[in-house]
Amino acid sequence: MIQWLDPKLHPDTPSSSEAASSFKFGRIGAARENKTQVVIKMKGDRKYIWIFLFPMAAFLTLFLYYPFFKSLYFSFYRTKGFFDKKFIGWDNYERLVSDKLLGAATLHTLEIMLYVLIFQVGIALVLAVMVDNITKLKGFFRSVFFFPVVISGTAISLLFVLFYNYNFGLLNNVLAGLGLEKVLWLSETNALKAIAVPTVWHYVGFYFVLFVTAMSKIPEDYYDAAKIEGISGFKKMVKLTIPLILSDIKVVITLAITGTLKVFDFVWVISRAQNGTEVLGTYMYKKAMVDQNFGYGSTVAIYMVVLGVVIALLANRLLKSEEITY
Amino acid sequence: MQPAMQSKKRFRLGTALMYIVLSAWAMTTIYPLFWIVNNSFKESRDVMNKSFSLALDPVFINYTTAFDRINIGRSYVNSLIMSGGTVLFVLLFGGLAAYVLSRFTFRGKRFIFSILYATLLVPAFATVVPVYELLIKTSLVNTYWGLILPQTAGNLTFATLVIAGYMSTIAKELEEAAFMDGCNRWQMFTKVFMPVSRPAFASVSIFVFLWSYNDLFSALIFVNKEKVRPIVALLSEISSQYGTDFGLMATAVTLTVMPILFIYLFISKFIEKGLTEGAVKG
Repeated sequence: MIQWLDPKLHPDTPSSSEAASSFKFGRIGAARENKTQVVIKMKGDRKYIWIFLFPMAAFLTLFLYYPFFKSLYFSFYRTKGFFDKKFIGWDNYERLVSDKLLGAATLHTLEIMLYVLIFQVGIALVLAVMVDNITKLKGFFRSVFFFPVVISGTAISLLFVLFYNYNFGLLNNVLAGLGLEKVLWLSETNALKAIAVPTVWHYVGFYFVLFVTAMSKIPEDYYDAAKIEGISGFKKMVKLTIPLILSDIKVVITLAITGTLKVFDFVWVISRAQNGTEVLGTYMYKKAMVDQNFGYGSTVAIYMVVLGVVIALLANRLLKSEEITY
Repeated sequence: MQPAMQSKKRFRLGTALMYIVLSAWAMTTIYPLFWIVNNSFKESRDVMNKSFSLALDPVFINYTTAFDRINIGRSYVNSLIMSGGTVLFVLLFGGLAAYVLSRFTFRGKRFIFSILYATLLVPAFATVVPVYELLIKTSLVNTYWGLILPQTAGNLTFATLVIAGYMSTIAKELEEAAFMDGCNRWQMFTKVFMPVSRPAFASVSIFVFLWSYNDLFSALIFVNKEKVRPIVALLSEISSQYGTDFGLMATAVTLTVMPILFIYLFISKFIEKGLTEGAVKG
């Protein structure tokens, strides 16, 4: 392999035995899977590697890596617009620690994350187990449960604005119809939960599909064996299905955690981040874009990245157990 | 005899219960959509007072308002151009990179994969300020490129990993055959790997389109002027400006959601296939 990479051993000038010598097989360990795979090699591959990777590398460098490090850089500056900035060392980070609003936003985000982990992942798992156990209408449920996922958070938020409206909303209409008193759904005490509902509802279908697929990959023999042993229903789910898809559950939990840290549109549209619903996404947006405080806004963003990585690592550590392979 | 019958009975009861729960959840995903479409054909006054009644004689006043006053058609076109453009770039560049990463051997490949995985952890929040600065300096803010370029970068990693996962499963014989036919690497990509990886390309394009079409955060920052504003930014605007016009809001949501939902119904098979073969297991 290394020999082949050495250009001296592979002159670009064609030779008589060109076809034979440039057509070799090498084994590579595909990084995503552990199985090795046979791949062909051709003359001039080196050139194509550069050409084909270049556009992606350019895009990522310009619009992701460079901006990310620039954010890190900004977080050490006090800024006024883009042109007036002053190095202030760790001041922004000190402000971060004592920022009560940021603390509140963090708590709100964590509260939504809790709902997401319990209800979104939980409901998705329960629904997936059920769909896995029925015979009719499987396809129907799979399609229908996915509906909210394809709808934008903004549209869903608008829908829930219409549900929650105090005077004319759907929910208070129902309550009035039942002869009950109307509820102020977006009050200080309720608002965050009112926002958590559409947030949870939005992505249940996404994780549901991931779970259903993972379950469909479990070999039939396992279930046959369980049948012979007389294990069924709830016991089968806890003892068999869930342990077998544990690695997928971990992936989903990681996705749910990182996804919750990005919550923005629901809060922005439903409550404009008022009444105790400020989350990290909206707080960062307000600091960086509304107040145009790029330095501190960047500091908040860096904090969000670190928080996300830490929570995801913690969750994975907690869920660490022996992987079951089949 | 008796225990067997008992368990059969319990089994039936359990199954019935499962169908009930599943149907209940299905109601939560179907009914709100029905409700919003139904209400979009009523005057605002009726949306407020009789939101459950069927719009038996539909009125189209909200639709004319949506197209005339708030120019929703313009936003549609903007969305289509920007999200379509993003999808195209992501497929082309992501596809090329995926081809190299899945079918070539070279030093540093593992390293590139680790970097790509790490990239998935960087949210838009952590890049938005410098990207905004960059776009201002190049006067690309409030142009179509102002959204296409950052969104392409934002979705490239995901696309590359999914497509590479799929391409690495393609049989080597196809490649050999192409080689024997005298194809170079570019031709192999366009004539063999792109067509064979259609399911991966399809599912990636659907997801990238959805994420781009639905991305409010970037839209608010990079393209918030009326002439380039995509439909999500318009929706957000409607909720703050016309928050009391319920009929108009219902119509705006309907117009945003329905095209996507119809497309989804036609291609839902692809979505599940692509999801399962790439994103998670890959």
